[in-house]
Amino acid sequence: MATVLVLLDHAETGALRGSVLELATAARDLADGGEVHGLWVGDEPVDPALPVLGRHGVAVVHQVSTGAVDPRLTPVLGEVLADAVRETGATVLLALSTFENKEAAARLAVATGAGVVTDAAAVERDAEGRVVASKTVLAGTWTTRCAVRTDLAVVLLKAGAVVSRHVDEEAPLAPEVRTRALAVSERATRAALVRRTPAAPSDRPDLSSADVVVVGGRGTEGDFAPIEALADEVGGAVGATRVATDEGWIGHETQIGQTGVTVSPRLYIGAGVSGAVHHRGGMQASGTIVAVNPDPEAPIFEIADYGIVGDLFTVLPQVTEELRRLRQG
Amino acid sequence: MVCVKHVPDIQSERSLGPDGRLVRDGGDGTINELDENAVEAAVVLAEQARAAGDDAEVVVVTVGPDDAEDAVRRGLQLGADAAVHVLDDAVAGSDVFGTAAVLAAVLRRLGEQAPVDLVVTGMAGLDGLTSLLPAALAATLDLPQLTLAAEVTLADGAVTVRRDLDHAVEELTAPLPALVSVTDRANEPRYPNFQGIMAARKKPVETLTLADLGVDPATVGAAGARTEVLEAAPRPPRTDRVLVTDDGQAGARLAAWLLERDLVRTTPATGEVL
Ligand SMILES: Cc1cc2nc3c(=O)[nH]c(=O)nc-3n(C[C@H](O)[C@H](O)[C@H](O)COP(=O)(O)OP(=O)(O)OC[C@H]3O[C@@H](n4cnc5c(N)ncnc54)[C@H](O)[C@@H]3O)c2cc1C
Ligand SMILES: Nc1ncnc2c1ncn2[C@@H]1O[C@H](COP(=O)(O)O)[C@@H](O)[C@H]1O
Repeated sequence: MATVLVLLDHAETGALRGSVLELATAARDLADGGEVHGLWVGDEPVDPALPVLGRHGVAVVHQVSTGAVDPRLTPVLGEVLADAVRETGATVLLALSTFENKEAAARLAVATGAGVVTDAAAVERDAEGRVVASKTVLAGTWTTRCAVRTDLAVVLLKAGAVVSRHVDEEAPLAPEVRTRALAVSERATRAALVRRTPAAPSDRPDLSSADVVVVGGRGTEGDFAPIEALADEVGGAVGATRVATDEGWIGHETQIGQTGVTVSPRLYIGAGVSGAVHHRGGMQASGTIVAVNPDPEAPIFEIADYGIVGDLFTVLPQVTEELRRLRQG
Repeated sequence: MVCVKHVPDIQSERSLGPDGRLVRDGGDGTINELDENAVEAAVVLAEQARAAGDDAEVVVVTVGPDDAEDAVRRGLQLGADAAVHVLDDAVAGSDVFGTAAVLAAVLRRLGEQAPVDLVVTGMAGLDGLTSLLPAALAATLDLPQLTLAAEVTLADGAVTVRRDLDHAVEELTAPLPALVSVTDRANEPRYPNFQGIMAARKKPVETLTLADLGVDPATVGAAGARTEVLEAAPRPPRTDRVLVTDDGQAGARLAAWLLERDLVRTTPATGEVL
């Protein structure tokens, strides 16, 4: 039996990020009969976050406010995590594997001696009850399993790693909400926030957790219309190579790769993308990889399940058109 | 002080050994590419400080095996003034917290000679891509942390950065001393010229052991590591791969293939249901 704490990442609007439910599901398996607690940092959750969390087995939600201090500063978040671990007696903390959470986890670990696994694709307990996480490394070419040796295990899971499940009970209870105000230390705010500009909201799914990702590179020559049309037809997210974001053809937040977002969707479609190693590092663990490129020597074909040597401006619109036709018929 | 890591070249065939650790003896190790951005950022700030009449020195530091000296040598070619290489068998297998403890000890030692105003790191090691070290080091040293900087400026004893996150752009500022990690967007690392390479040969590389630094070997290395790799295996190669040349109908066939395999929903998406 263990208490497992889940960090409830949410948008500026107070809406829960969908992938958090995957964490709640993984947490139930790790709790081994113990309770799953959620940590909500900041203003109140908006509907339907609480009942949805209840349906996914979260028994208690700790809503922590840090007063005038912005809890999105990662040293502040690190202290909130340390406090919540103390308060709940949790022995496992699960959070989404984002840059911000990695920073907060690193600070929590320095403060508490916890062991941390980042970018995990799965987590379980082994026969001895140790927390064991799996992840792909070396640009998606290897998989490893690592055990956490410390009393507190922090595992940062990639979005989409686990399939979220409801609890079996017919009418699960909404979680109990416990509110708390935390005075963070002066050291957490030594780097002060001058300005914070939220990204413009998008109607498309979040890149890191999308089921399908359609990606454009230099081969688009700046025209992302065929990429966007296909993404919208399949309900997918739009991604890009660094060349495309550096050229300013599309926002920097869409960059996939070692220095951008790591994705492992069920389906990755890359068009006008050569498949440079820096890019592959962020997508090679995808389920099925499709590539469209007129150069048969492009390295992306070495890892593509379905490669088309051709021009994206003729192939992609045809795919979009045909999907529309087949799905209507 | 700039932290640089020695990693296997990402363009080479990389592998893990039976102990789950990176095979580092391939001879094709190199400076972590992202740490070249860290060196460049520090060198530019030092150049600006000197132009303004201040004293400034850039020291590159690495913790790693024999080969890791190449990483600091590269840092010297890129414009750093001096280097420290922590070389000790007991360091092998250290996790990020062990490495942070060693780097913190190096900083304290450098600080005895002259105050260290700024610690600069890369955004991630291209080996593990964990990105944990910068925040861990800042916490260990109790320095303000300004991470993932796409832009760094120094003025009036304070450092200011812009960082581009997935959901927001932030601007942070802190008084010196501070720790900054820079992204690959922060700058374009210079390419060392012949003079730079020759000059680097004359620059000092100090090799230190854990004993020199007063770090207890039991707290670092594999024994001190908080996680342990149980298994490592190459991902099985993809099977049943298809490569076709477009004959005018390849797009239509791909659409059918995607539907057959259930890779796209058979009905158009209706929006997220929690
Ligand atoms: C430190 C560092 C970090 C980096 N991090 C990243 C990262 O995170 N992500 C990333 O993506 N890159 C990253 N890069 C850059 C990376 O090395 C490559 O330069 C980049 O990925 C190439 O982008 P591309 O495939 O769009 O362009 P290119 O390599 O120029 O490829 C364009 C491709 O488009 C094809 N093409 C042309 N016309 C058409 C057409 N009509 N239809 C279809 N195909 C067409 C061409 O045949 C070509 O293969 C990084 C580089 C460095 C040094
Ligand atoms: N062994 C090391 N020696 C020196 N610097 C390191 C070492 N490991 C990590 N770093 C620094 O920390 C950054 C992030 O690394 P990582 O946390 O391993 O992804 C790197 O870009 C380096 O600047």
